[in-house]
Amino acid sequence: MPCPLLYHARTAHGDGIAMMSEGKTGPPLLRMAGITKRFPGVLANDRVDLELYQGEVLALLGENGAGKSTLMNILCGLYRPDDGAIYIDGQLATINSPRDAYDLGIGMVHQHFMLVETMTVTENVVLGLQGLPFRTDLREASERLLELASRYHLEVDPEAYIWQLSVGEQQRVEILKLLYRGAQVLILDEPTSVLTPQEVDDLVRVVRRMVAEDKAAIFITHKMNEVMKFSDRVTVLRKGQVAATLSTPQTTAQELARLMVGREVLFRLEKTPCQPGRPILRLNDLEAIDDKGLPALRGVTLTVHAGEIVGIAGVAGNGQRELAEVITGLRPATAGEVWIGERRLTNRSPLDVIRAGVGYIPEDRVGMGLVGGMSVCENLALKSYRGSELSRGPVLRPAAMRRLAQQLIESFSIATPSPDTLVKFLSGGNLQKTILARELKACDGVLVAVYPTRGLDVGATESVRRLLLEERESGTGVLLVSEDLDELLSIADRIAVLFEGQVVGVLPAAEADAATLGLMMAGEQAQMEGETR
Amino acid sequence: MRIVFEKRESVSRSARALVPIVSFLLSLVFGAGLLWLVGVDPWETYRAMARGALATQYALSETLVKAIPLMLTSLGVAIAFRMLFWNIGAEGQLAMGGLAATGVALFVAGSLPTWAVVPAAIAAGMLAGGLWALVPALLRAYLKVNETITTLMMNYIAALWVSHLYHGPWRDPAGYGFPGTAQFPASAWLPRLFGRVHLGLVFAVVAAALLWFVLQRTRWGFEVRITGQNPVAARYSGIRIARNILLVMLVSGALCGLAGAAEVTGVMRRLQQGLTVGYGYTAIIVAWMSQLNPWGVLLVAFLLGALLVGGDQIQMAMGLPAAMALVLQGALLFPMLGGTLFAEYRLRIVRTAAPTAAVAQHPVAEEAE
Repeated sequence: MPCPLLYHARTAHGDGIAMMSEGKTGPPLLRMAGITKRFPGVLANDRVDLELYQGEVLALLGENGAGKSTLMNILCGLYRPDDGAIYIDGQLATINSPRDAYDLGIGMVHQHFMLVETMTVTENVVLGLQGLPFRTDLREASERLLELASRYHLEVDPEAYIWQLSVGEQQRVEILKLLYRGAQVLILDEPTSVLTPQEVDDLVRVVRRMVAEDKAAIFITHKMNEVMKFSDRVTVLRKGQVAATLSTPQTTAQELARLMVGREVLFRLEKTPCQPGRPILRLNDLEAIDDKGLPALRGVTLTVHAGEIVGIAGVAGNGQRELAEVITGLRPATAGEVWIGERRLTNRSPLDVIRAGVGYIPEDRVGMGLVGGMSVCENLALKSYRGSELSRGPVLRPAAMRRLAQQLIESFSIATPSPDTLVKFLSGGNLQKTILARELKACDGVLVAVYPTRGLDVGATESVRRLLLEERESGTGVLLVSEDLDELLSIADRIAVLFEGQVVGVLPAAEADAATLGLMMAGEQAQMEGETR
Repeated sequence: MRIVFEKRESVSRSARALVPIVSFLLSLVFGAGLLWLVGVDPWETYRAMARGALATQYALSETLVKAIPLMLTSLGVAIAFRMLFWNIGAEGQLAMGGLAATGVALFVAGSLPTWAVVPAAIAAGMLAGGLWALVPALLRAYLKVNETITTLMMNYIAALWVSHLYHGPWRDPAGYGFPGTAQFPASAWLPRLFGRVHLGLVFAVVAAALLWFVLQRTRWGFEVRITGQNPVAARYSGIRIARNILLVMLVSGALCGLAGAAEVTGVMRRLQQGLTVGYGYTAIIVAWMSQLNPWGVLLVAFLLGALLVGGDQIQMAMGLPAAMALVLQGALLFPMLGGTLFAEYRLRIVRTAAPTAAVAQHPVAEEAE
């Protein structure tokens, strides 16, 4: 379903198509073939093939955890692949270290800059170069740097110290560093995530200028609109595998969203009609900043009623995590209000929010939701240990904790050898069931569930969804953040789409479809509202 | 072929127990090598050390005298470490405990009923240690100041302050100019059990039991354990981390202060040189070796006490410098750290065939979709 509305973004930066036809003539500048990389318990890259041609910008698109960064870290010598080969100009290349990568003309601008704050721009650029004389004349380096900077419009003062520079300027230094070393292939890891829109446009121009001079760039992102705006071709990764490689002009943001998120077996869950009760979670004009200090929520207003599941759709990184954290008291709101029932709980402690009856299934199960080195029993008591059921005064009641654990293990069919087994030995599905069991037990009125079925197998996914529906039956208001549109369409009652920290629209699930949501996820707000009516 | 360093998926209980034991043996082997280089018979030396530290009632009592402050400070350090608060300041907290107990014994004892003097001195010591530890705790909890530095720096302040007092204002006027306070009145002597072993041993055992109970059986202990294992999960589950940092450091400092108070009232019966001789630093080794287990602390502290006393003995018996024992003590930590690493990680040798063209012909996953 091509949508002409999406093309305006790219045509504004016009030269994409011209570059393409010119670049594709020769053999690939770089080819990665059958790259496989395992980490304990995770297959990060599974036989990934990727080609890069001279003079093009290739977007590497995928969700968090799809294996983009791993693949690029292999290319720039930080990781070694378990299997597969890399060819440069048709020659088999061995990349064992970042130095090897530099020597082959491959350079990467990491998401976290690799700069020494207390040194000047020139010193940072020269740092780590081989074959420098013992006494190095930095003036010469400065001059070359200035020359490079003016050629590519990367204005930076070579004598400035890194700590004096803005984030955008620091990124320019990183790019200059690569150019100074004669990099042919530039890898940019989510370069726009730290930039203002103005700086993004500057970056686009710089990269365009570089690829026009026979270089090539790989641009890692999880945002479709940037792919459309920025790239000539796009390779989509999903769960460590290449989902597709497409020519940008011949695809749409919507198709990319679908490829990136993937389709799963569609469950038909029995769902009774929604009977929304009183508003139980209300968000008024909520604003918050992310870990980098950039706006993550920009005026979110949303209401969840008792007995209703409100889905939050959106591409990961558009404010979902921050939204959940602000509601649960883990991240301060910079403006706006959070109401739970009749109580205003803006910027209160996580404990106050828990006491108000809010359950929270966090995105990061092992990092936040569980204590790996503690037993299933203790993890199940992580929130209710304060109550009189599990403790008497300051003293815990181990027998009661065990009883509760056994009861929850049984009713949620958590597969564990015993309540005393350490949680870190459980499988992904059982980790999630442990969190669910605890949160459903502890919550009273509101449940915030973030990607509750991500990474789970079919069976576990189904039981998690069933539990969410049961919770809704019992009158809880559920805020369900998900990247799986089918999940939202099948269990949510209303779906709000989050794009760049704003709710671009709220649709009743019965009236929504994947195509509409896909467009809204790409930020097409006004047009979509016109179309759905 | 290459060697890969990877995280183990599980750490067995036996591996955890094995690490300190093997570390101890390895440090003995390392020490043996060193002794052999110095030109003495390692076997003979170790035998002399064991005899001097454990064989007679006197030896055993001296070992316990050294072990008591180690036990108490190690328990203090261990509970702070449990919450990932790196209290390197046990030495200073011990010194402040000693100082406060001395103050009570010298200046307040006369105005108290006899039975109340020792409890008052002990309580003052614990309070002083706790308050001394509270300073870095406040800085960390509310200003995010790195506690490793502050606790360490405060050791010097405490030790030098104590030293100033017994060299200057508190020096015994009848002491012929020797540095040190006057002997405490008998009412301020901590009762002794046998030899020079004082009631501090009971304190240590009770403290270990209490600590075990608090950690395993109370809500607050549960919170401390959660915070230590996963601070993010602790915040998520509503635990007030800043408040717990303050509490844990109060307890930690109080235990170290108790060690100092027991040392001045039970062993020296005056404040003089020899209070800050490094118990608080050795405590860090003890806490790590016992893997922060209170019962393990008692055992390991006894072992290291024996090492210290044995070290003194070989000085006499073998004509070796007592520093030898300190060398062994230091050598303990290296295999300990390495051992912990290998309990959690393993080396694996992977054979990789040279990448061939065949690799490139793998079917492209799902491209047809």
